[in-house]
Amino acid sequence: MNTQTNRLALAIALAFGALTGAHAQANRAEVLHWWTSGGESAAVKVLAGAYTAAGGTWVDDAIAGGEQARSEAVNRMVGGKPPTAAQFNTSKQFLDLIDQGMLNDVDVVAARNNWDKILPAPILNSIKIKGHFYAVPVDIHMPAWFWYSKPAFAKAGIAAEPRTPDEFFADLDKLKAAGIVPLAFGGQPWQEKVTFYAWLAHVGGPDMYLKLYRDKDAAMVMSPQFKAFLTSFKRLKNYVDAGSPNRNWNDATAMVISGKAGVQIMGDWAKGEFAGAHQTAGKDFGCFPGFGPKSPYLVAGDVFVFPKISDPAQVKSQQLLATVFTAPATQVAFSNKKGSIPIRTDVDLKGLDPCAQLGVTIMKDVARQLPTPEMLVTPDLEGALQDVITKFWNTNESADDAAKAFAAALKNG
Amino acid sequence: MTRRRPLLGHAVAWLALLPMAATVLWVYVGSVLWSMRISVSSSRTLPIGDFVGFKQYARLFDSERWTLSLQNMALFGVLFIVACLAIGFLLAVFIDQRVRGEGVLRTIFLYPYAMSFVATGLVWQWMLNPELGLQSTVRGWGWAGFTFDWIVRQDAVMYAIVIAAVWQACGLVMALMLAGLRGIDESLWMAARIDGIPPWRVYASIVLPMLGPSFGTAFVLLSVSVVKVFDVVVAMTQGGPGLASEVPAKFIIDNLLVRANIGLASAASTVLLLTVLALLAPWFYARARASRNGERVARALRAAPQESAA
Repeated sequence: MNTQTNRLALAIALAFGALTGAHAQANRAEVLHWWTSGGESAAVKVLAGAYTAAGGTWVDDAIAGGEQARSEAVNRMVGGKPPTAAQFNTSKQFLDLIDQGMLNDVDVVAARNNWDKILPAPILNSIKIKGHFYAVPVDIHMPAWFWYSKPAFAKAGIAAEPRTPDEFFADLDKLKAAGIVPLAFGGQPWQEKVTFYAWLAHVGGPDMYLKLYRDKDAAMVMSPQFKAFLTSFKRLKNYVDAGSPNRNWNDATAMVISGKAGVQIMGDWAKGEFAGAHQTAGKDFGCFPGFGPKSPYLVAGDVFVFPKISDPAQVKSQQLLATVFTAPATQVAFSNKKGSIPIRTDVDLKGLDPCAQLGVTIMKDVARQLPTPEMLVTPDLEGALQDVITKFWNTNESADDAAKAFAAALKNG
Repeated sequence: MTRRRPLLGHAVAWLALLPMAATVLWVYVGSVLWSMRISVSSSRTLPIGDFVGFKQYARLFDSERWTLSLQNMALFGVLFIVACLAIGFLLAVFIDQRVRGEGVLRTIFLYPYAMSFVATGLVWQWMLNPELGLQSTVRGWGWAGFTFDWIVRQDAVMYAIVIAAVWQACGLVMALMLAGLRGIDESLWMAARIDGIPPWRVYASIVLPMLGPSFGTAFVLLSVSVVKVFDVVVAMTQGGPGLASEVPAKFIIDNLLVRANIGLASAASTVLLLTVLALLAPWFYARARASRNGERVARALRAAPQESAA
């Protein structure tokens, strides 16, 4: 027999083997997600391992890119062949799916594990709709930490982390005077948006933040306070370099790693870049989530939703997934690989890095938790506001005109 | 006199065309009609069957980003098509001079077209980036005043994109033009040489008009790529800085996939389709007229000898 027929026979055997195997698999769960980078796939292996250890069979369905993965999940639900579980962000992305009755709830698991008590409010508000739990949270990401290079701060003569916006501006000036790019910045709309969120939360304050994103208060955006905030936000642009437009976030992080730049405002996934360059928190780089001991902490993250399936075996798999994902041991192991913090505060902190430990400690103070705008507004309005932000950042638009644009976007959304 | 076609052959030909015709009708026309239906609904993440009139269209033209996208597409289209046709034609004329290494040059010119712009766009992005590419290199050589930062400037970023897009597409135009040039009879050139007409004059007055069909083909191909321009923008600027290089196709994809607003995305694609039809209609009309005229002339020519004979 030549090699070609050999291969054919092997292929047929594999195809049939897979087919017969599928029937024999216990608690088979096809999990659709977009975690494909190095750290992410290591993290998803933790989830898969925990599920297998609990007696399930994990079928991995990784699709690169969040948008692609989400639209694939929606298409398969509409087409009637949904995966067992599909990843979304902790947000309003899956609200339409709930409205159209396309998701199974996991109330049984939530009641058994007391989710009402252990989960932070911003996450609860996102996944608990009309009294039912429609998603299982797996991590908390804080999208706007301040990461700084310790050598760059030393070179510029900055002794301590800034505790107020004014101190922060003073530090940026010192960095500039020392010939360092003060703010490592990637001029892509989503990064401009993350910086805007951070600045709104810390400089505008949680009240202004919630009035914009939760109350969609068009009168507030026309107020002098909001315009003053806009001017302060735009002031940050004086501290970025000419090459910033369309720079990738990890290239900006690399500038902080090499000491070429001073500070970057970026989510906690940036930790992966520092770790990849063998830098340690507290020694080579520092992190602070905001200014001062009472600064708000933005809460974002990932969830899995469970498409409507009537097959009892699949429903059982869905509930097993929800149980396994939220178990404390899985949470700590997963967070360490992912760079996030656990969804619950009743976990062992020893396994976490210093920045994550700080995050978990802050999360215990309920007053400091602030949901990200994705949890408060529809993707549609969020996108319209992003257009307003990126225009204001990149053009000579006045704060007055930008405020009007905010009001118009809120009116349409 | 027309030859009578066998009826059977006709049927077989139609049978062979049927799958393609069915695909066109179902997939293309069907999708277009479906998109139009969705564009008058309030659909967000999922298609919904309600009717909200022209609300999505009103919102579309209320959107600054959409009107800016249309303007950018128009600017890009004019510059891109003119530059591609001009450079493509000149390259073809250059190669047609029987230069040595023609095969190698042809491959070099055509090569960009064979590569995905997702990869080459990234190279262009780096080359044009003032901190990494051309500007910093030339400054490093000692010209401290050298500035080439179009890609990060609001008012110039579209020109940077045109440069990269022309680099990619002009090879294709060259290939089309070269085929046209090679189709021109050698005797024409000899006649011109005998008459002592300078080569540039031959190109301008004789060759160029004869290349009309080649230009037409190139124009249609380039126009199509203007309407669906997407990858070059995403690879080079992602629509930035700010909204300065947004294009309609990117607006549609963003609303379709990221912003969960398929109603608005469908309205935008319908507008885009109507724009294209509005632009193409005069062209089709002109062509139909030209071919009708051509037939009339041909008929008159055929009729003339008979008349003189009678």
